[in-house]
Amino acid sequence: MKIQISIDGKKIKVDNGKTILQAAEENGIEIPALCYHSDLSVRASCRICVIQIKGKKELYPSCSTKVYSGMEVITDSPEIRKARKINLELLFSQHKEECSDCVWYDKCNLLELSEKYNVKIDRFKDRKSKYPVYQFGNAIQFDSSKCIDCRNCVEVCHEQGVDFLEIKEKGSLFQVLPSKKKNIDCIYCGQCLIHCPVGAFEAVGEFEDIEKPLKQKDKIVVFQFAPAIRSTIGTTGQIVAGLKKLGADKVFDTCVGADFTTTSEAEEVVERIKSNKNLPILTSCCPSWVKFLEQRFPEFIPNISTTRSPQTILGGLIKTYWAEKQGIDPKKIFVVSIMPCIAKKFEIARPELRISGMDPVDYVLTTREFERLLVRRKIDLTKLKPQKADDIFGKPSGAGVIYGATGGVMESAFRTAYEKLTNKKLNNVEFKQVRGMQGVKEAKIKIGSKCKKIAVINGLGLAKKFLQEIKSGKRKGYTCIEVMACSGGCIGGGGQPMPIDDEIRESRIKTLYQIDEKKKIRKAHENPVVKKVYKEFFKDKKIAHEVLHTSYSKKTKGLVKII
Amino acid sequence: MAGNIIEELKKYNLLGRSGSFFPTALKWELVKNCKASKRYIICNGSEGEPKSLKDKFILQNYPEAVIQGVKTALKTIDNSSAFIYLRKDYYKEFGNKLKRLSKGFPIELIRKKGNYLGGEETVICEVIEGSKRPEPRIKPPFPSESGLWGYPTLVNNVETFYCVGKISQGEYEKTRFYTITGDVKKQGVYELPEDYTVKRILKQTGNYPDFDFFVQSGGGAMGEILLEKELNKQVQGIGCIVVFNAKKTNPIALMKEWTTFFLAENCDKCTPCREGIYRIDEIIKKGRIDKQTLNDIFLVLEKTSLCPLGANASLPFKTLIKKVIK
Repeated sequence: MKIQISIDGKKIKVDNGKTILQAAEENGIEIPALCYHSDLSVRASCRICVIQIKGKKELYPSCSTKVYSGMEVITDSPEIRKARKINLELLFSQHKEECSDCVWYDKCNLLELSEKYNVKIDRFKDRKSKYPVYQFGNAIQFDSSKCIDCRNCVEVCHEQGVDFLEIKEKGSLFQVLPSKKKNIDCIYCGQCLIHCPVGAFEAVGEFEDIEKPLKQKDKIVVFQFAPAIRSTIGTTGQIVAGLKKLGADKVFDTCVGADFTTTSEAEEVVERIKSNKNLPILTSCCPSWVKFLEQRFPEFIPNISTTRSPQTILGGLIKTYWAEKQGIDPKKIFVVSIMPCIAKKFEIARPELRISGMDPVDYVLTTREFERLLVRRKIDLTKLKPQKADDIFGKPSGAGVIYGATGGVMESAFRTAYEKLTNKKLNNVEFKQVRGMQGVKEAKIKIGSKCKKIAVINGLGLAKKFLQEIKSGKRKGYTCIEVMACSGGCIGGGGQPMPIDDEIRESRIKTLYQIDEKKKIRKAHENPVVKKVYKEFFKDKKIAHEVLHTSYSKKTKGLVKII
Repeated sequence: MAGNIIEELKKYNLLGRSGSFFPTALKWELVKNCKASKRYIICNGSEGEPKSLKDKFILQNYPEAVIQGVKTALKTIDNSSAFIYLRKDYYKEFGNKLKRLSKGFPIELIRKKGNYLGGEETVICEVIEGSKRPEPRIKPPFPSESGLWGYPTLVNNVETFYCVGKISQGEYEKTRFYTITGDVKKQGVYELPEDYTVKRILKQTGNYPDFDFFVQSGGGAMGEILLEKELNKQVQGIGCIVVFNAKKTNPIALMKEWTTFFLAENCDKCTPCREGIYRIDEIIKKGRIDKQTLNDIFLVLEKTSLCPLGANASLPFKTLIKKVIK
């Protein structure tokens, strides 16, 4: 039911049950909000979005106050401005500024508001200036001296089913701290970072180490970039041109790696269906998900697909097949992946991935880090002439591109598995049931005379619940389950440019499917380079296994240190 | 029992005794008339304000009347069951007696969690629902509409239920319980007419000082400071009167006592209360009263706090600085 309200004298019609902030947003009226994030519940803790309601004395937070018929909202007045200013000054009193090294960089809401409300940001001495920085594994840092206690991170960590970030009372003050519990560990998804309004989280090396890939003097620096990157900072051609401009010796497309992953994983699906063993098969390209399984659900380890993720397969191929072809000593190759993900930094250090003692990938830059490198070098992607990725790993199938979206891995795998299982050509390659932002998507896919039940989950908390329901017997009969820790899949990953919300996720997803639609080759196993490598190189089963597969084991808690 | 209890409550204009003075009849009607398959009743015996002892006094001396009040609510509100929420020490001391008196009725005793905020109505709901880290909920919705497990929930103070119990038996004499403490000869809890002024209460109980003094009226932390010339008014809040000998009281130390209380008791959720009280404490520790900064903090506390603790926290400081420190 629509009701009428007015905001700053402007009459608007709005759905009953909406909040003032939602009503304002829908009508293009700006109310400053800091702790509010459309992904999360409304906690109304920052008290910046306060407004007045005509006829009432108090100020009300617009994020939690619902509209009623005839409500007259005032979003700006001397009193509102004053309250916002003072609350901002109080927020700054607990936030140590480090603006040049901040994940929000030039998009900082706090700084923008401070200018708008004439805030004296050093009115109070930073009370947290001596608070420590915590580092989680080799992936994430939490600078508690920047935290404004909105607790968005704690909520999103809980929603992820992880509960690594906790609220603890120290002295008379509560603060956010990493859990000391033995079996509770960070999975490096970076959703805390995405949802922190003030940049208290960052990837390890996000500012200090990003030049490292460019300083490999005696090495051949080979870049690869993930499917999800092309949905944010530029087109494929622009990204390649940007990397070349940065000094890359070669630029390959991780989507080609994805085509190998798909082909191998589809084989696994076929094998496991035939032998009826270790089903459901669980996808393995999300390192956060894999880490979560190894630590919290080790009983599912046999179910995880042993196929490596796209970046590690491609890295392995670069250092074996490609190096051999080019006559290069693989030890002289430095492989850098541009990834939408922080956990990929953790993934490349997994010892199980080494091939003849070499790490397939030497360094991971997140999309944000890559963007920052471009800014430092004053490279504007939109002004570059697009270039093609290098041969021989430069041309992916459409299946490889959709890996970046939730459901993409499943769809790709079944485009291939269908043909392998039925020996028939698959005409309609689009499995639309597994697409979209819904948290848990289920579908039945008819393969020959049999129906296969599959599930696609985005958001680790939902996956955790799903596993528990499999354990309890409430859910059964699944052949294949895709899990991406981040909502929307990799396009919503912890390494991506911010802000991120559902609208942005959906538009990024759309970009990837549009690229897929335009591709002539849309099945991974039909990619000529896949055929070629399988024919020439993977005949040797030992080599194929080394490059394509990995292993998993029960893991203990990773390192949490104070810096 | 009196015929229509809600009409009786209206007749006596009974106002809630938790300190908020919300009309009891209106609250009962809201819960009674809210569409729902079941409803809950909570008798709040969490008494967390420093120096107040009136709920303890009532539970000790008149538990029958309190339980009578709860039973009256059970009878008036369809499909309801009740909880009596008690401070840990009250639970220990009076639990058995209350259980005996509740026998045969759907009344359950709950031990309080946390300190001061553990007595806030939405925190009580969180505790009863089993939350690990109970914090105030955003209002609205108020418990009368959506409280325990989302059902309409009537939350009234121990003293309110005492009054209801008395009214239901035709024995209510429009009295109120006052805790008198501080620099007085006869500290204690006194039952006196609800319309008595601070002055009259002090005089009648033989506690009116013969020295230069000021009082904190309402509660031991949230109450406002009144000078001798301002005592011709009723007691606010939870009916607590603390007398201070003006010559012997160090106002800075007194404020420090308050900030210690607020720092420990607030939930640190909203900016003005978490950071504001931290800064008030800091300013007081320095001993130099920066009035402009304090006034700014008071403004955001009063206007933008999430719960009543923050909204009311400024009153004692403001009135002490204005009237005593100057």
